[in-house]
Amino acid sequence: MKVLVPVKRVIDYNVKVRVKADSSGVDLANVKMSMNPFDEISVEEAVRLKEKGKATEVVVVSIGPAQASETIRTALAMGADRGILVKVEGELEPLAVAKILKAICEAEKPGLAILGKQAIDDDSNQTGQMLAALLGWAQGTFAHNLELDDSSATIEREIDGGLQTVKVKLPAVMTTDLRLNEPRYASLPNIMKAKKKPIDEKTAADYGVDTTPRLKVLKVTEPPKRQAGVKVKTAAELVEKLKNEAGVI
Amino acid sequence: MAALVIAEHTNNALKDATAKTVTAATQIGGPVHVLVAGHNCAAAAEEARKLSGVETVLIADSPLYAKMLAEPMEALLLSLADSYDALLAPATTNGKNYMPRVAAKLDVPQISEILGVEGPSTFRRPIYAGNAIQTIEAPSGKKVITVRTTAFKAAETAGSAALHQVPAAADPGLSSFVSEELSKSDRPELTAAKIIISGGRGMQSGDNFQLLDRIADKLHAAVGASRAAVDAGFVPNDYQVGQTGKVVAPELYIAVGISGAIQHLAGMKDSKVIAAINKDEEAPIFQVADYGLVADLFKAVPEFEEALTKAGY
Ligand SMILES: Cc1cc2nc3c(=O)[nH]c(=O)nc-3n(C[C@H](O)[C@H](O)[C@H](O)COP(=O)(O)OP(=O)(O)OC[C@H]3O[C@@H](n4cnc5c(N)ncnc54)[C@H](O)[C@@H]3O)c2cc1C
Ligand SMILES: Nc1ncnc2c1ncn2[C@@H]1O[C@H](COP(=O)(O)O)[C@@H](O)[C@H]1O
Repeated sequence: MKVLVPVKRVIDYNVKVRVKADSSGVDLANVKMSMNPFDEISVEEAVRLKEKGKATEVVVVSIGPAQASETIRTALAMGADRGILVKVEGELEPLAVAKILKAICEAEKPGLAILGKQAIDDDSNQTGQMLAALLGWAQGTFAHNLELDDSSATIEREIDGGLQTVKVKLPAVMTTDLRLNEPRYASLPNIMKAKKKPIDEKTAADYGVDTTPRLKVLKVTEPPKRQAGVKVKTAAELVEKLKNEAGVI
Repeated sequence: MAALVIAEHTNNALKDATAKTVTAATQIGGPVHVLVAGHNCAAAAEEARKLSGVETVLIADSPLYAKMLAEPMEALLLSLADSYDALLAPATTNGKNYMPRVAAKLDVPQISEILGVEGPSTFRRPIYAGNAIQTIEAPSGKKVITVRTTAFKAAETAGSAALHQVPAAADPGLSSFVSEELSKSDRPELTAAKIIISGGRGMQSGDNFQLLDRIADKLHAAVGASRAAVDAGFVPNDYQVGQTGKVVAPELYIAVGISGAIQHLAGMKDSKVIAAINKDEEAPIFQVADYGLVADLFKAVPEFEEALTKAGY
């Protein structure tokens, strides 16, 4: 079975973002960009499926600017087989991404599409679920563990109360949570090998998808700042302050 | 036209998240209906009828909705969507699971985790782990919204809404429930607790969380954790507070052995009062803490417990 893994190029999780002075957005000029951390987990899971003989091919897709090809290369260096870059400039909403991915799924016919549960820039947590709905497929979101057989997947999910296991028919969409696996680092020889792996270049128009944002961003502002408070010397003083000054215990 | 709030509940009882989502729906304007989809969920529906501002409670009682799986929930919501301008669910793991399916099928964008309602189509929501707040205007057409419940007060319980049965939608037959492993605790839930004490990597082991349990027992607090503590297996995944875990805003949040990474702060920085115990005085958690104690937690936490006892807790 083929596995499709969409990967998003996002601001690196270590970067402290700054809101632009004109409130039009956040400043992305000259900041470090990386693969969305959840997508690294997706790539790792797909590559492990291939190593276990459960997947025949791992195809990664990134939708975004030309530099998103670097994100695809990273996935190829981790062990994915080939990439598809769908070039789109400007803002992209999850619905548009899901529509492009739907068209790719119809062409590639994967048995499983593995997405991250959430992109750490827009924090939408939507794309995988939207893709599943558009395709009429089942989904296993926030995956903690995956057992795959020929016609179904048994997915353990991280939910608010603990863990839940569901069984879904294939083809299906899975979205990854933090504890599914620990992504590998690409080795130097694999980084070299990845340079020779093919990346197909496409545009949104190739899939007949209009990517114009539907939501209008009126402004982007900083959240209210919290001031650092006081240091206390002892645990007893902490109890006293919480009780008498803050009145919260 | 009206707004439909999809209830979060345990079949026997309604969750607080529902009452908070009703408040967000009320702010959008127009009548508010609540859907209780579940199995043997009459008790939850009865509680929903009492929420102030709710005109009608719809109950869809079927084994299909026992676990609110995404595929049957999508079918049910699509069967009801025609009568509503807006659909709202709390941004719980349930709401996050089924709502985007509904949005995609209605061909509208989902507005995730709103923090505020600025007008009938204008909302505020966090991006970049809450380091920036977007104000966005939704296009005309239906609105599909998930609500960050910490940002809204719970609706009062002085209502008496009408109750309507709605039929189950056809079973998509794509998914089935296998099993569940829920954390059992007599303590309040993280998202509903007035006081939370959380531990991080500094706790060193799951056993050491007993130090925090003892404080939690005294203060009727919930126990939370950082991602590092969950990844290390000290505590279950549902303890995680943060950008990709639970978002909490209690009266008091006590962070013990937690450095204060932005992903953790994203989940707790709207707490009313923050206290931190950390042996590193440079730890970023102190930049947001109202009260900071620079100390070894293995000494400070037992002392904190003792001081509580002395103060009559
Ligand atoms: C995609 C992604 C999502 C993430 N989501 C989340 C999330 O939702 N929630 C979250 O919490 N994190 C999240 N993280 C992880 C986050 O970046 C940090 O790695 C994590 O919060 C660190 O946890 P910590 O503070 O417990 O550990 P550390 O950063 O290792 O800090 C441990 C602290 O304990 C202190 N300490 C150690 N020993 C003692 C002692 N004896 N007494 C007192 N203090 C002591 C140390 O001084 C240190 O400050 C995410 C990361 C990524 C990449
Ligand atoms: N532009 C994109 N290109 C490829 N994959 C994407 C893109 N945007 C979102 N995704 C996928 O969808 C997941 C969830 O994103 P989101 O719904 O935006 O939080 C990500 O982890 C990716 O797997």
